[in-house]
Amino acid sequence: MTDQTTAPPVLGDAEGLLTARPASLWRDTLAGILRQRSAVIGLAILIMFTFVMIFADQIAPFGAKDSMLGLEPGVVKQAPPCVHLLGCPADRYEHILGLDTNFQDVFSRIVIGSRISIGIGFAAIGLAIIIGGTIGAVAGYLGGKTDNILMRTMDVVLAFPSLLLAIVIVSALGSSLVNTMLAIGIVSIPIYARIVRASVLGARENDYVTASRALGESTAGILVRRIMPNAVTPLIVQGTLGIGTAVLEIAALAFVGVVSLSEVTWGSMIAIEFQRLFTAPHIILAPGLAITLVVLGFNLLGDGLRDAFDPRLNR
Amino acid sequence: MARFIARRLLVTIPVLLGLVFVVFSLARIIPGDPCRAVLGERATDAVCNDFIVRYGLDQPIPVQFVLYVEQLSHGDLGTSIKHSRPVTELLIERLPTTIELTLMALLFAIVIGIPLGLLSAYRRNSPIDVGSMIIANIGVSMPVFVLGLLLQFLFALLLKGTPLALPPSGRLSSGVEVLSLVEVWHLESVTGAVRGVLDFVSRLYIPTALITGQWGALGDALRHLLLPMIALGTIPLAIIARITRSSLLEVLGLDYVRTARAKGLRERSVVLRHATRNALLPVVTIVGLQLGGLLSGAVLTETTFNLAGVGRTVFEAITGRDYVVIQGFTLIIAVTYVMVNLLVDLSYGILDPRVRQR
Repeated sequence: MTDQTTAPPVLGDAEGLLTARPASLWRDTLAGILRQRSAVIGLAILIMFTFVMIFADQIAPFGAKDSMLGLEPGVVKQAPPCVHLLGCPADRYEHILGLDTNFQDVFSRIVIGSRISIGIGFAAIGLAIIIGGTIGAVAGYLGGKTDNILMRTMDVVLAFPSLLLAIVIVSALGSSLVNTMLAIGIVSIPIYARIVRASVLGARENDYVTASRALGESTAGILVRRIMPNAVTPLIVQGTLGIGTAVLEIAALAFVGVVSLSEVTWGSMIAIEFQRLFTAPHIILAPGLAITLVVLGFNLLGDGLRDAFDPRLNR
Repeated sequence: MARFIARRLLVTIPVLLGLVFVVFSLARIIPGDPCRAVLGERATDAVCNDFIVRYGLDQPIPVQFVLYVEQLSHGDLGTSIKHSRPVTELLIERLPTTIELTLMALLFAIVIGIPLGLLSAYRRNSPIDVGSMIIANIGVSMPVFVLGLLLQFLFALLLKGTPLALPPSGRLSSGVEVLSLVEVWHLESVTGAVRGVLDFVSRLYIPTALITGQWGALGDALRHLLLPMIALGTIPLAIIARITRSSLLEVLGLDYVRTARAKGLRERSVVLRHATRNALLPVVTIVGLQLGGLLSGAVLTETTFNLAGVGRTVFEAITGRDYVVIQGFTLIIAVTYVMVNLLVDLSYGILDPRVRQR
């Protein structure tokens, strides 16, 4: 049997620290990310999708709900992809990912759909970090009964399979984009509450906190200025991974139909067409690939950030 | 140990009450008139008054909550609006499909995931390691239903006509039937609870076919389950493989492993007997935690593969706005999840004596 006692961390050599050029957390982190091939790939994927989200209207050749019926003579519904550069006859209209059942351009829908599909994920996780962070900070700093009540409440939320709870929340509140964002935000709150609480508990007893208290700094001031900075790095790591999960959940919510199908999202694109898998696979596989790629980007970057922030792994 | 178990059980009780409360509240925040939300817009006032009195909706909220808990304690989850049948009955009918699917998916994830993780750690940075971690990364990033549709596309369309072709939906081919235990063992005279259990088990096609030796049907059921199993099991597989890998790498760096090597033990013995056994401890927790994802994923997988299980029923209930079913099924799934987590915690206490002390 192992006997693993928690030894105090070994301090690095002090001389090395004195002679080293002053480092900032962010410069170190960026360097740490750029050292890892997978994190660079993740970052590249995300930069590409951010670009697509911002310039969606310029990139998309058609509107998300524009029907090609009547605009292009001889148009066929569910037409397969046609790219002139790849040998598609020049007399046919170019649709690089083909058309769907309503004669809409799949590529344009994916480009424009990126805004909701990813944007809600950002908003939901932002909300979860703010609310969860506040709960965690209060619970950790005050301790005692407040801590107990708040964290047991978080346990109840965690006791539901998250996607299922989100589904139930949206179907209770009514299906709108705001409610979808709220639902995904709510089910993510406990994770962030736990992270911040753990950081606060770790930092609360430090001498510099006692010193601030002795100097008469207010409780809120101590929490925000002295303690919370300790929680920033784990929040960034978990937040990055969390947005990926949120993107998956939005897609799943849209797929089961609790997000209105009239909203252009990747999940609803699949939900509308999934019965046509065998006749027109491109309509379903293209948005599926988009979801996978974005989530992969967040996961790779999140893992990379975790390694980059962790000083124990510094080479 | 008894104290450890007692403490864990005590912590679970408020969580269970909390679950009931959340499900109860969600049903109360449905906007608008609860009666017309449930019975439809065209319900008359007389019908609605009757409905409100019958469900105690004219009572104060705390009283309603007590009534709800009382109703639950009798095993009554309400009556489905769409099916006009008790939710419990529906649950018992649909549960076997989901149990079979989730357990097979979990088995698939464990049987492939753990060896893959161990192998990746033993051969760190080898092509096997890099390859399996790339696949694991893609695996956790792909939505369950997209993977399901992709598998259907590959195995039911592209490979159609080849021996590798697999059916894209349903639990059995048409014409194939798994005879129930009652039919095979000629127990038609049995009634009551025993009959109920026999009927329940009979809907678990794979064990039933296995016990009674219906080999043709067994093969067919397995072939139908293969794609949903892979679709649902891939995310847990990827997570299990990653945790196993990092856990073994961590253990391999510990002092006692160095001691074992210094003693001159063979590398095989060090890795397999000393390191792997401890490395698998965190994997137990992770395997337990996967169940929540599997249950959520079952909603998506059963919808994609047209399996009439609990998940598909929830999906239909959402589409049909059958709140009673959504509530009842969510509660049962959440309670199952809490119970499994409790079992995982307890087993962890048995496996690792240090946990009990905390």
